[in-house]
Amino acid sequence: MKVVQGLYYSKEHEWVRVEGEYAYIGITDYAQHSLGDIVFVELPEVDDELTVDDSFSVVESVKAASDVYTPVSGVIVEANIILEVEPQLLNQNPYENWIVKLELDDLNELDKLMNSEEYQKFCEKQ
Amino acid sequence: MGIKRTPLYEEHLKLGAKMVDFAGWEMPIQYSGITDEHLSVRNDVGIFDVSHMGEILIEGSDALAFVQNLVTNDVSKLVNQQVQYTLMCYEDGGVVDDLLVYRYDEFKILLVVNASNADKDFEWVVRHIGEYRVKTTNLSDSYGQVAVQGPNAEKIVQTLTNYDLTQIKFFFFTELEMNGSHFIVSRTGYTGEDGFEIYGEPKDIINLWQKFINLGVKPIALGARDTLRFEASLPLYGDEISDKITPLEASLGYFVKLDTDFIGKAALVKQKEAGLKRKLVGIKLLSKGILRHGYPVYNQDHQEIGNITTGYLLPDYEFAVALAIVETNYTNIGEKVLVGIRNKVYEAEVINKKFMDKKYKK
Repeated sequence: MKVVQGLYYSKEHEWVRVEGEYAYIGITDYAQHSLGDIVFVELPEVDDELTVDDSFSVVESVKAASDVYTPVSGVIVEANIILEVEPQLLNQNPYENWIVKLELDDLNELDKLMNSEEYQKFCEKQ
Repeated sequence: MGIKRTPLYEEHLKLGAKMVDFAGWEMPIQYSGITDEHLSVRNDVGIFDVSHMGEILIEGSDALAFVQNLVTNDVSKLVNQQVQYTLMCYEDGGVVDDLLVYRYDEFKILLVVNASNADKDFEWVVRHIGEYRVKTTNLSDSYGQVAVQGPNAEKIVQTLTNYDLTQIKFFFFTELEMNGSHFIVSRTGYTGEDGFEIYGEPKDIINLWQKFINLGVKPIALGARDTLRFEASLPLYGDEISDKITPLEASLGYFVKLDTDFIGKAALVKQKEAGLKRKLVGIKLLSKGILRHGYPVYNQDHQEIGNITTGYLLPDYEFAVALAIVETNYTNIGEKVLVGIRNKVYEAEVINKKFMDKKYKK
């Protein structure tokens, strides 16, 4: 199971990559592996405002639909529409394929998330 | 009662299966992935652990009459070594379970029932013995069972037995030697493909499973078992049929012979005479997304007219398809309906529920 350094991680198995005041959010390798074959991704609308723990996307495997929750607050500036045609990218390369890009409200929220070492340990205990 | 494991539990772990609790059994949900497993069965061959299925043996001079009273199909039509798909109903026409009837002879009949209903079924069967001279035995824990399914099923199974498998016709069974042990083998399945269901002693089933795996047969888990049966429009208890959905509503009238006598017949005759209020149909979603069990179906006025019983985005399908039980007024093919997915409503269309042509060897 792969964990990438330099990202922030949530207990719900989302990752956050911060670039300045923006954050890209996706699902981790652990998440894609436990979901199985991903066949559909429902994306949110640009300009939607999200607060921590809001569900902003639904990732559907063959078997089930799973909500994706935001670990940080902000306004959606972009959704990764490539996932509408190639949802399997989330299986193939979960850390390169973000789901949404947010303009962050509060950088302090990142302090509550795990770093890669902490997340690795968290997954080992699951 | 603790969670149960089939004789093949250790084999699943060795193969790296993802395990889940299914009807009180610790079963594999997937090995390589549902899509890959689904396509392996459609294009080649796969093996399933179905040891969790229940087996109930009925023996005695009244065996045939006893079974006839329990099931909707006409078991008097069966010859020795023939298998029949049928249903057991409650007095109100709701379904106790769907099952296979294996006729050894008129004094010995094996019922193969769903794992999730096995205990309930056995109680139901025993409760109706009354004056019938029969002995009922729950053999669910004595048998292991595998299914080998797919266009290459016959070819691969034939490599392990001297018995000429072409002699086993569709929905017939025989007892034969395979891989050095004794098995019951029927040409039946739950995938819409040709194939066999094989029953044997747990230790023999383990050896047979290992043999097939070593021959390169792909293991197929419950995830793909459901997509395969769904694509072949085969019903699953709890989805298309239940104690609330009768066989007639589920479009299984072919397996209900109203010229025989059985528990629930009066209710089904009444339902048929009054006209069915709802029926099972195919539904195609006209936009991207996936329809799932329980999602509501609406008419154009946004009134609820039914719900989805099973739905998937199947491998190689552009749009999601589903089975749904809806009010009879909306069951014409081409009918435009609406479906609720989470908090939104989407356009969908009634289609023929025969999503694929079955490839049985008859």
